[in-house]
Amino acid sequence: MKAFLQHFSFDFKKGIRNKNLLLLNYLFPLGFYLMMGFVMVEINPAFLENLIPAMVIFGILSATLLGIPDPLVNARENGIFRSFKINGVPSLSILLIPAITTIIHMVIVSLIITVTAPLLFDAPVPVNWANFVLIFFAIAIACTGLSVLIGVVSKSSRMTILWSQLIFVPSMLLGGLMLPFSMLPETAQKVAQILPSTQAMNAVNGLAMGGIADFSPLGFSHYLICRGHIFICPGSLSFQLGFPQFHPQRTPRVGIIGFPALCGHDCLDVLKSSITFP
Amino acid sequence: MKDIVIEVQDFTKTYDDFVAVDKISFDVNSGEIFGLLGPNGAGKTSTLECLEGLREPNGGLVRVAGMIPTREFHKLKNLIGVQLQSASLPESITPEEAVKLFSAYHNVEPRMDLLERLGLAEKRTSQFFELSTGQQRRMALALAVMHNPQVLFLDEPTAGLDVATRSVLHEMMRDLQKSGTTIILATHDMAEAEQMSDRVAILLQGKIIKIGTPIEITAAGAGLTKISVRTQSSNLPISNKSFPAITHAVQLDEYQIFFSKDIGPTLSAIIAYIEEQNDTLIDLRVERPSLEDRFLEITTNGVIQ
Repeated sequence: MKAFLQHFSFDFKKGIRNKNLLLLNYLFPLGFYLMMGFVMVEINPAFLENLIPAMVIFGILSATLLGIPDPLVNARENGIFRSFKINGVPSLSILLIPAITTIIHMVIVSLIITVTAPLLFDAPVPVNWANFVLIFFAIAIACTGLSVLIGVVSKSSRMTILWSQLIFVPSMLLGGLMLPFSMLPETAQKVAQILPSTQAMNAVNGLAMGGIADFSPLGFSHYLICRGHIFICPGSLSFQLGFPQFHPQRTPRVGIIGFPALCGHDCLDVLKSSITFP
Repeated sequence: MKDIVIEVQDFTKTYDDFVAVDKISFDVNSGEIFGLLGPNGAGKTSTLECLEGLREPNGGLVRVAGMIPTREFHKLKNLIGVQLQSASLPESITPEEAVKLFSAYHNVEPRMDLLERLGLAEKRTSQFFELSTGQQRRMALALAVMHNPQVLFLDEPTAGLDVATRSVLHEMMRDLQKSGTTIILATHDMAEAEQMSDRVAILLQGKIIKIGTPIEITAAGAGLTKISVRTQSSNLPISNKSFPAITHAVQLDEYQIFFSKDIGPTLSAIIAYIEEQNDTLIDLRVERPSLEDRFLEITTNGVIQ
């Protein structure tokens, strides 16, 4: 327990001390939030309704998809995991502790946004706080799991960026953060439903902000949590199996099974939603 | 009879079709400093990594402190200390945090005195990326020894270290040896291996080609003593027949250099010749063959005997 706490304490401080992590955990989401609050609300006043959920979810995407995978790959490439291994650090701690500390950084950023948005921009606050918190943790766990998996299966930093951007960019464009889901073409809506940010925005609108969901938020309530598990389990398994080596050329690949599992899960969910929700 | 702490029998390590280590066998006794020498790619690091439990051997038996490293790593981790050749720490960790963190995982009290002894006391709150290469190596060394391991693996421990720190490391190694720690030292520094090791094994192309004490290995070579002579007139004859027991001779700047199989007769003859010629001796140097000479002799020939 003492070791876990020491490791946890260091890793939490790392999220602030490391300039890249500080940028992705705090500066980028908060800077973007201020910009959107001051500029976007002037251009499109309707955006104010979504300011808190959109910026909270943006913070989660930034801290996880951009912040988690690259340090994992770099640590593997630079022999940091080898040092950890020979000094008796359990493999699961290497994945779990950064995931937990990242979620805590996300909680802090989300609190700053949720508290300051009504004061600075007169943004509406959630009407159902319990659902808001629940959805926050579901999307945070899902994105953390996805990011850990990317970090585990990526062969190099270049591949990490590619995989991360493959999810981050569509999430920004189609995920309901900038444009409402209802304004997207029908095909884009189908694609958007695969993205965690779309699920989260829809659920927040329907269950926490007092708005109207574009598609069944309850049908997807398990989606985000399940997605977290889908990513975390194979990612963790692959990491455990690859732990003895930790050579850049010998990247563990078992985690790749998470992708077909995810695709299957997504297809079933999209199919289910199209049947149950007119 | 001393206890055997490390037991290696017919150990083989392959990477796809490449055989990095080919059926080597050796034992290391308790409290011994055992040097692993060899050119790049000889199989030293593969051997060490299998002993440390970082890699699985492809054949043979490897036991450290009576345990099979990859199978019983959870027990072994507190008995071994490892300074890896290619290892690092998170760039934002401070030496103090690293000592506290890994002490907690080894379940021992943090030993901040090591930071002082290794000249890192002033840098205890600096981040790892702010340390110089030498300081980073010292940090890795502190982490390797902080839990008083029974077996210590050092892979190129003095690479990038200044003379003073190298001396501190050697002193630490002797102290650890006195307290019963067995040390496996993989190095390119022949002087260090000769000075520190009780026994050395020379690896070439994945095989052990010589094993023994540094003196045994040195004596098993051609055993030529190098005699460098500088006189006023520099007129000593440069030929392998000029003096007794000479195998060959060369001129290098103002020095005549002779390689002798038997130093006594050669030296007497050289001095007699100088007196006979009414010449004046300015400098005379006698160098016994070193482990480095023997190592070069073995590895340059590339012959596996």
